[in-house]
Amino acid sequence: MNWELIVIGAGPAGLAAALAAYDKGLRKIAIIERDRYAGGILNQCIHNGFGLHRFKEELTGPEYALKFIDRLRDTTIELICDTMVLHITPDRQVHTVSAEKGYQVYSASSIFLAMGCRERPRGAISIPGDRPAGVFTAGTAQRYINLEGYMCAKRVVILGSGDIGLIMARRLTLEGAKVLCCVEIMPHSSGLARNIAQCLKDFDIPLYLNHTVTDVTAANGRVSSVTVSRVDANRAPIPGTEMVFDCDTLLLSVGLIPENELSREAGIEIDPRTNGPFVYENMETSMKGVFAGGNVVHVHDLVDYVSEESAKAGEGAARFVSSAENADEAYIRMLNGDNVSYTVPQRIRPGRLEGSVKLFFRVRSKLGASVIKVSDASGQELASFKRLSMSPGEMENIFLPKEVFQKARGDISVSASEA
Amino acid sequence: MYDVIIVGCGITGAAAAFALSRYKLSVLVLEKENDIAIGATRANSAIIHAGYDPEPGTLMARLNVRGCEMAAELCAQLDVPYKNCGSLVLAFDDNDVKSIRALYERGVQNGVKRLELIDSRRLRELEPCVSDKAVAALYAPTSGIVNPWEYALAMAEVAALNGVKFLLSHPVTYITGQLGGFTVTSCGEQFNARYVVNAAGVDSAAVHEMVAEKAFTIKPSRGDYFLLDKSEGSRAKHTLFQCPGPAGKGVLVSPTVHGNLLAGPNAVSCLDAHRVNTTAEGLAFVKTHALKSVPGINFRDTIRSFAGMRANSDRNDFIIGFPVPGFLDLAGIKSPGLTCAPATGEYAAGLLEQHGLELVKKDSPVTARRKIRFKELSIPEKQRLISENPLYGRVICRCETITEGEIVEACHSPIPPVSVDGIKRRAGTGMGRCQGGFCGPRVLEILCRERGISPLEALKDGEGSVILFNETKAGGRA
Repeated sequence: MNWELIVIGAGPAGLAAALAAYDKGLRKIAIIERDRYAGGILNQCIHNGFGLHRFKEELTGPEYALKFIDRLRDTTIELICDTMVLHITPDRQVHTVSAEKGYQVYSASSIFLAMGCRERPRGAISIPGDRPAGVFTAGTAQRYINLEGYMCAKRVVILGSGDIGLIMARRLTLEGAKVLCCVEIMPHSSGLARNIAQCLKDFDIPLYLNHTVTDVTAANGRVSSVTVSRVDANRAPIPGTEMVFDCDTLLLSVGLIPENELSREAGIEIDPRTNGPFVYENMETSMKGVFAGGNVVHVHDLVDYVSEESAKAGEGAARFVSSAENADEAYIRMLNGDNVSYTVPQRIRPGRLEGSVKLFFRVRSKLGASVIKVSDASGQELASFKRLSMSPGEMENIFLPKEVFQKARGDISVSASEA
Repeated sequence: MYDVIIVGCGITGAAAAFALSRYKLSVLVLEKENDIAIGATRANSAIIHAGYDPEPGTLMARLNVRGCEMAAELCAQLDVPYKNCGSLVLAFDDNDVKSIRALYERGVQNGVKRLELIDSRRLRELEPCVSDKAVAALYAPTSGIVNPWEYALAMAEVAALNGVKFLLSHPVTYITGQLGGFTVTSCGEQFNARYVVNAAGVDSAAVHEMVAEKAFTIKPSRGDYFLLDKSEGSRAKHTLFQCPGPAGKGVLVSPTVHGNLLAGPNAVSCLDAHRVNTTAEGLAFVKTHALKSVPGINFRDTIRSFAGMRANSDRNDFIIGFPVPGFLDLAGIKSPGLTCAPATGEYAAGLLEQHGLELVKKDSPVTARRKIRFKELSIPEKQRLISENPLYGRVICRCETITEGEIVEACHSPIPPVSVDGIKRRAGTGMGRCQGGFCGPRVLEILCRERGISPLEALKDGEGSVILFNETKAGGRA
């Protein structure tokens, strides 16, 4: 059987893309999920705050996922769980393995990549010290507590101020653990301002900016202390500033990496700025008929935007399948200007644009009242936007009308500077 | 009464058990940790050295060359990942050129085959990633890489299948000698044996002194390593050494049998042989020196840093001999102890025979081992395997494509694991880029199910390394 669309991953991105493609007329859609149920990481995100943008109400992660999962029943979309995708090929074959069906190869007219992201482990930042039990990434701890029902910590130091770490500071406290501090090597938090307020400040948990973990010791196989030091402007620890915390757990929230092993192996071009595929205005990757959305493209802070971006990709896939919209077309590259660390989409085909482009980006450092400038290779300013403040922890977006791309001479760059 | 008790089961103890298991003997292995091969064997450079390093005439030289010769065939027989990738010792200046000439001479004297001194052009043909500053190299095509803990596990598992008894979490507290044998006390129990083999690694001096006068000192030396993602794994094709110094063989850059890149170690003398921590200085030293050999290494792709402890001694050679009749030291087994191991095991069996142990071959001893590695199978093989056992269709470790079938098989292997890391060492779960972030909870669940224990009892690694403390307010698994 030939599927019109195979979606890899039944998290928020995959669900939104599949439903959008269905709404645009595709009927033969399969979602392949490696876990035992749909919903992805939302299943363990039992806190609220999801859906404020999309549904104008505060939902928990599972509730947000259910809004989509419940809709599947009224469609012909097939959800195939407990099945791992091993390879995808340029001719859009999807190799899968499962206990139930064994090794299966499916072919598809289009593919949507929604594998999400993974957490950076301890090794990625080479924290020195012993290697005992009690060092967890925040997401793993979240899974043990929220899905498995087991506490993995009593006294905790959190390294990194990513959103999952902040959420876990609150969660651990509510479950009776003592969170001693949250430590961030950068001069600013990498999480949302609302999480700093609601998860740290409300619980009197100190946030040490410009600090990092410089040693971990063990006693009897488990973490027994964590040493925290201040860092200088080059992020090097300053001797003599050590604080030693007696604790049994070090929680890591030190970054997320889009999970693109399948994409890389298939030969899809990856943007080193995002670690995700380069995508066009309709979220198509460099491989024809293969689309991507959500955290596999770039790490989002709000699931609402994941759904929105993925729905756009699902529509793109539907158009690709039904109109064979697949001619090669010239594209404009979107480049980093001053203070901008990436943009998504990275490539715009003006000929394919219907309305405006919603461009996502992040700034490199914290800025006060600022101006975002969009200009082309000749230096011509195409658009500008004002912000009261910007922070690397909060993804920004701007709408660029179609005319911007018709006017542009050469590639376009986006920059941000304080006004 | 056992014929032989082996104290300690790193790779040397495992090799001794393996060698003795072919004979009609009763053998007991006492290991103080809750798993075998978790001292020096689990954290080292994983190199099968060619044999040009040790001084000619030493036991190390002889066992190294023999061990290197044995590796390919033995690893094939035991189904242990091994690759004959060859090694290069890089020379950066005239002094280094002198050093590699001396190593070449030594190698020839030691009987190392096919050694070659090569110029910078040939070096770059063989290994395009090396620094422009390298002017010449010693090329040893017989050198290789191996999975060290699996090498030890494989030998121990075959020994177990041949009837050798393994008791884990059994530290030896006393040994008393009497006419015709020894009484070894561990966990309050007494075990009698005609012969005792001391393969206690960093603790071998302490075990020696339970029966004999102090004769040597263990001088533990720690080394830090970086393990990089498979995206860096194809950067180096050979094991790339720098010229050895007084502290050891220096920092190397090497591919691993799993397809990663390894860089390390430094060498720091330690007082506490049991604290195997990394340090910021050590890691920085390794990084600087590794970049000297291979300037392009992208350390941002590190997935793990770790440290290992070498059981160096105050002697220039392995300490192998009988301080008292019937008690055989296999001590001070420093690098290239991993390479030497199977030769050391054979040699130990021979020495025991010379000292009166009768070695009568078993009629049909187990000599081989086979493992299912799902990801390496062809598509039809995968299909057949899953139809026979559906658990091989459920991928638990996403990064390394390890299935539930392989984890269950590991749980019931001849020396069953008691921890999540024990499964990692046997099945390869958590070895990849997420380092067990995703699969850790699933592996723990399977470990508990297969062993019939509560998640609250599950260990990450050694004794005491509990992962979970209590149920949440809402209670445990629904």
